[in-house]
Amino acid sequence: MSRPVRTRTFLVVGLAVAMFLAGVVSYYASSHPDGLEHVAEQVGFADTAEKSATADGPLADYRVKGVEDDRAAGGLAGVIGAAAVLALSLGLVHLVRRRGSRTGEPSAGPTPDPATVPDDGRATDPEGSRHADAERGPLDGRH
Amino acid sequence: MHVPDGFLDAPTSVATGVVAAAGVGLALRKARAELDDRTAPMAGLVATFVFATQMLNFPVGLGTSGHLLGGALAAVLVGPWTGILSVSVVLLVQALLLADGGITALGTNITLMSLVGLVVGWLVFRGLQRVLPKRVGLVPVLAAAGAFVSVPAAALAFTGLYAVGGTAPIPLDTLAAAMLGWHTLIGVGEAVITGLVVGSVVAVRPDLVYGARPALAVRTLEIRSDAGASA
Repeated sequence: MSRPVRTRTFLVVGLAVAMFLAGVVSYYASSHPDGLEHVAEQVGFADTAEKSATADGPLADYRVKGVEDDRAAGGLAGVIGAAAVLALSLGLVHLVRRRGSRTGEPSAGPTPDPATVPDDGRATDPEGSRHADAERGPLDGRH
Repeated sequence: MHVPDGFLDAPTSVATGVVAAAGVGLALRKARAELDDRTAPMAGLVATFVFATQMLNFPVGLGTSGHLLGGALAAVLVGPWTGILSVSVVLLVQALLLADGGITALGTNITLMSLVGLVVGWLVFRGLQRVLPKRVGLVPVLAAAGAFVSVPAAALAFTGLYAVGGTAPIPLDTLAAAMLGWHTLIGVGEAVITGLVVGSVVAVRPDLVYGARPALAVRTLEIRSDAGASA
């Protein structure tokens, strides 16, 4: 390797790997309870867990609602979730840098998050909105 | 280790929510200094990669699994403050979109994984880097060490929270022993994945690894004219 890999190439390949992991490899992940779930069962407080308010959402439990095939439902949820994470994190980083260079003045839509995500579920954005205030307020405050 | 709703009582959840908000707020200010044209897209990539990798539960024996938390990985790749933002975005999307981790427990999960796990992992990494020779080849090893410690640290922090605001009367020594035991095992997986990923990036583009900068600075001082990209 005489010349370094170009940054863009690196990012594209990295992203492709991440999407492949979320969309395809995730199907083969262990479905056993994770460390905390296992401990909760073992020690005896697993039954205190409550259903999440988003448990009936379109992507709940890493399955796209309405898709029958396990592999497709899980893989699609993984890819959509990963795309949402990408959009949100890039948007957030963009905001942080913009605010650093000049104060205030949010201007144009910073985060294209809704584009990749079907309707509700992710609408409230408690952490992001609290700090990035105006430009990323809670969109509809659903709970 | 995504905590669901109901494990911790309301006051504790509110308190961890405040801690999480303060931590993320501080990160929003501090990340500015870490972010440049190279690290900004890396922050997005790292968040996406952590999300994807968290889906890959690996077996750790007897009907149990674990997955990467990614705090140490993110901190070493993009810097601790930017890392906090990246992992927090992952946890936010998981809670809101995938119903992975509770909504009232979001502050708890950010506190445990994005703050405690990440900061402990980073401090271990940085501490070792201070005392050991500044070699680029060591960066993945140190990252793995930080990753290994970060998981039981987060597990211990959960136990502490449960001691304060757990909703079931559980013997705390039993809980602590079980949490530490399993999460030390999971920490091994965390270390392996973190070491491999950081190692891969270091091999290809060491300049994109935030935690490798001190080592790279030393290396450029050595007599070397070939751009230093062949690790």
